[in-house]
Amino acid sequence: MSAQPEPTRDKATEEAQLRAVWAKPTGWRYWTSVNNAQVGLWYGATAFAFMLFAGLLGLLIRAQLAVPQNDLLSAETYNQVYTLHGTVMMFLFAVPIFEAVAIFLLPPMLGARELPFPRLGAFGFWSFLIGGIFVCGSIFFGVAPNSGWFMYPPLATSEQAGIGADIWLLGLSFIEVASLAAAVELIVGIMKCRAPGMRVNLMPLFAWYLLIVAGMILFAFPPLIAGDLLFELQRMFDWPFFDPARGGDPLLWQHLFWIFGHPEVYIIFLPAIALLAMIVPTFARRPIVGYSWIVLAAVGTGFLSFGLWVHHMFATGLPQISLAFFSAASEAVAIPTAVQIFVFIATMLAGRVIFSTPMLFAMGGIAIFVMGGLTGVMVALVPFDWQAHDTYFVVAHLHYVLIGGMLFPVFAGLYYYYPLIGGKHMSDRVGRFAFWLMFAGFNITFFPMHLTGLRGMPRRVYTYPADIGWDWLNLISTMGAVVLGIGMFAVVMDVTLHRRGKPRGEVNPWNAGTLEWISEPEENWGVRSIPRIESRYPLWDQEALARQVNAGDWYLPDAKEGRRETLVTSVLDAEPEQVLRVGGTSYVTIISALTLGTVFVALTFKWWIVSLISGLAFMAAVLWWLWNGTGDIPEKDGKDIGHGISLPLYASGVKSVGWWAMFITMTGDGTAFASLVFGYFFFWTVHADFTGGIAGPGMFWPMMALALFALSWAATLAAREANRRGKLAVAWILLGSGALTSIAGCAAALAGPLTTGMDPTAHVYAAIVWTLVIWAALHGAMGGIMQLYCLARSLAGRLTARHDMELHNVALYWHFMLVTALVTFAVVGLFPEAL
Amino acid sequence: MAALTPVFSACSGVQSALDPAGEESGQVARLFWLMIAGGLPIWAFVVALSLYASRWKLEPLREDTAARVIFWGGVVLPVTVLAALLAYALWLMPSLRPFAGSDDATLRIEITGRQFWWHVVYKRPNGVRVVSANEIRLPVGERVEFALTSDDMIHSFWIPALGGKMDLIPGRQNRLSLRATKVGTYRGQCAEFCGTSHALMAFPAIVMEGAAFETWLNARSRPSSGVHAPGTGRALFERNRCGSCHRIAGTQWQSTAGPDLSHVGSRLTIGAGQLASGSEALASFVADAGAVKAGAHMPANSHLSAAELTEIATWLKGLQ
Repeated sequence: MSAQPEPTRDKATEEAQLRAVWAKPTGWRYWTSVNNAQVGLWYGATAFAFMLFAGLLGLLIRAQLAVPQNDLLSAETYNQVYTLHGTVMMFLFAVPIFEAVAIFLLPPMLGARELPFPRLGAFGFWSFLIGGIFVCGSIFFGVAPNSGWFMYPPLATSEQAGIGADIWLLGLSFIEVASLAAAVELIVGIMKCRAPGMRVNLMPLFAWYLLIVAGMILFAFPPLIAGDLLFELQRMFDWPFFDPARGGDPLLWQHLFWIFGHPEVYIIFLPAIALLAMIVPTFARRPIVGYSWIVLAAVGTGFLSFGLWVHHMFATGLPQISLAFFSAASEAVAIPTAVQIFVFIATMLAGRVIFSTPMLFAMGGIAIFVMGGLTGVMVALVPFDWQAHDTYFVVAHLHYVLIGGMLFPVFAGLYYYYPLIGGKHMSDRVGRFAFWLMFAGFNITFFPMHLTGLRGMPRRVYTYPADIGWDWLNLISTMGAVVLGIGMFAVVMDVTLHRRGKPRGEVNPWNAGTLEWISEPEENWGVRSIPRIESRYPLWDQEALARQVNAGDWYLPDAKEGRRETLVTSVLDAEPEQVLRVGGTSYVTIISALTLGTVFVALTFKWWIVSLISGLAFMAAVLWWLWNGTGDIPEKDGKDIGHGISLPLYASGVKSVGWWAMFITMTGDGTAFASLVFGYFFFWTVHADFTGGIAGPGMFWPMMALALFALSWAATLAAREANRRGKLAVAWILLGSGALTSIAGCAAALAGPLTTGMDPTAHVYAAIVWTLVIWAALHGAMGGIMQLYCLARSLAGRLTARHDMELHNVALYWHFMLVTALVTFAVVGLFPEAL
Repeated sequence: MAALTPVFSACSGVQSALDPAGEESGQVARLFWLMIAGGLPIWAFVVALSLYASRWKLEPLREDTAARVIFWGGVVLPVTVLAALLAYALWLMPSLRPFAGSDDATLRIEITGRQFWWHVVYKRPNGVRVVSANEIRLPVGERVEFALTSDDMIHSFWIPALGGKMDLIPGRQNRLSLRATKVGTYRGQCAEFCGTSHALMAFPAIVMEGAAFETWLNARSRPSSGVHAPGTGRALFERNRCGSCHRIAGTQWQSTAGPDLSHVGSRLTIGAGQLASGSEALASFVADAGAVKAGAHMPANSHLSAAELTEIATWLKGLQ
């Protein structure tokens, strides 16, 4: 398709309109912005700040361990410091930094104006900020979590863990919610908001990786959320999930934690590789060699990462046959990882490499990471792990993997992408200086730890005796840490202090080939017009593309209706489908995050009333947000996006982004539910006397609840059909009675264990039955609220026969709800009968 | 806090997996050196290749040649190396920790983890049963079976010089077997974070000649003659209700809430590997266990005079 400018257009007016519509708010209202460029920047800066904080904690650890029998920190303080160091690095830096980078980079990289749910992204950021400050702040009051970032019960469920354990559980659950929100946003964005013509095999590798990683978040975080739920139920109400005296088992937590924890490592590592996959071709000055290899390898890594978790539990006494299986799987994951490294080597071999600062960090990272990978191969062997597990050898291994595989690539990315922030460049000289300090400091710190660990030093010890062979090794590590710290400090200075003095430079100083380098840092609109893409490196292969895009010659160059709009395209071939109107500047995101944050904080301190009130406020905020910001019926059916293409402004069902968001959210929700069901059967397998002599909920009430929820599901589907045929009154009756049936279903669900007098504090069987039933009832209640929401929308004329996206989404929700109900009530009602 | 007295002074290597004194640790140390011999060249190769590709080469390779590098380096190389390594390690596993039936073991040691000490029971099939704490003694050359559990938190039992670790988990019983190959005094330590003083939960592991071990075990199966020693130590022990937590064989005190003290005087250390045994160390630990070990469950005895502490310590030291 040619990009002929149309003579009738007044480009200056167009541009002014576009600029006004996408303008970022000024003054203190700046913070109400939801635009991806601002949110991405805040997100990244916040994650970076948390990293520096956790880095200081790391220096404290090294200071304490510099000499044997040091009394700089008390045992209790040390335990808080090391717990927070790990927690903050993993939850507040490593994962969020990629959500940040993705939110910032993906729209321009995909040729989109914005991600599909900007307000959700902003909500995620504010949740992250509030939760992060809450968790970090605890150490200044001496009440930080002190049981390790893995929080093993019974220690973490005991009184010795104090309020710190609750801060960890609730603060991080809140942040995990933010991560899931980001995952939904990224998946839908990558699948549905790519520039026309950007078929999946033309997608930038960064987008591929982020799609995989967001999918992994969807299956990895929910088990932890389910674990957190069980954990908090034990801490708050004494439900004995992890107490062996009442049928529980501390190992269940380890399973749930590491089913999350191991994919987490790859959730951190893959996006870093994604940055390298953008950087290496640019500096090799050629397209990547082995595009399909690297995509398949990344997918393979993602899959395998879910089958490795037991290698964190080789010393827990599991049967040797399962250890052997997980050992083999852990070795296998090295293969796709090696493929990815060799793709970079092959690309450099086939190109003419310019060795700049980003490449320096990239290559340094690979050198470090390969070492970590090789020690990973070692600890994946069960007999070796029996020695190395929980020693400084593992501390060395994980820092080699994470700092080489994540921190160095992030710094490479920082130097590489920095020009996109206002067109300023980072100092090459400072960069090289910082690199060598960091590289040397890192190796001086962590290389000796391999030896320290094999000489018998366990992890998480606040002190150690002199003269058993650890003194000088620890002293060297501490000196290295100082050098590493100075290197990081140099970069921080370069980013912050010198920014003002820097001149505006070229936006694409590296002559990179992907779409994000078109963007104009001074503009907030993402792209001036949305191009059609024919290549993986459009700036290299499609001459004049940059000029045409920025001249507004391509699609959707205006915002005549005064709304923020972006293109929605088909999943595989990226053919234009719809003009999507996205949410703009709003307070509602901050209010939602604040109220939800208050719920979690209040729960920590057991302020029940406060948490109830803020919970209701949160629900009100979300309903207001949905009512006013989503599902609007447009003033006209379609819009001309130029070049003779006219697209609808409204879509429902599979074509709408909302439907995808619901599908993805419920997949995550279903994974959390599956984790709870796993818990039920886990208890069944570990104890001969599963029920502990306690009567179950019987068959009647569970079957009744199932029948009622099935009815409510049918009513929802029927209402959608009736509405489609224009029989509004029928739809109203169906929705109203559906909601009533849902409430009756909730009552029936709870009636089961209630009528047989199951006491959840008496035995784990009662506790897990109650948990499943309450889970189903809460979801049923949520389904009822959704039915009423649709009813209200319809009554208000905001949902019509042709504009029925809410009904489609709620019907989808009810499909998931039906499965939840089927599984729950079959498990609690029928399974005990079969025993 | 009190000094961690160097019980093992000048014994660098007493807790090292690289100075093996046991069958499993020996095999694993060999495996480690083997992997180093294989791993370092692989690392050097990858780094050198990257440097060649990015800095040293003069002309770019053709794309299909470069793609072949992915196949050979990314697939063939790791698959070959990993398959061989895995096969060796899997073959090694069953022989290192044979668990088929406990009847094989002629010595069984039951260990229960507590914050922050070890309850130890020795059992021979002939009915010999010895209760002890915070010290492990093993006969050289004999396969010993350990039965591991915990009464409070998760701990992990680990003597690096003899073999790998195994967790002590409440509500579960784990098994481990070790065969020591070299007589000597080694150090073990808790390897799973278990609370405030996790770092201070250690123990000496003493590998003895078979005959010496037998003599030692038989002596420990009878009460110490020290329980009847003259002096006021025993009366003070009774008056201060020490016996409500501590067991001493041959007396009315049989609670195992705290460490067994039946032969405490003959142990190498006090406080689970923290203080070299002696009257003074015993006195300071009795006076304020929490000062040696933050978070210890033993209450302080600040009301006791120095003379009284010495009396108690002397009596305890006499329990040989």
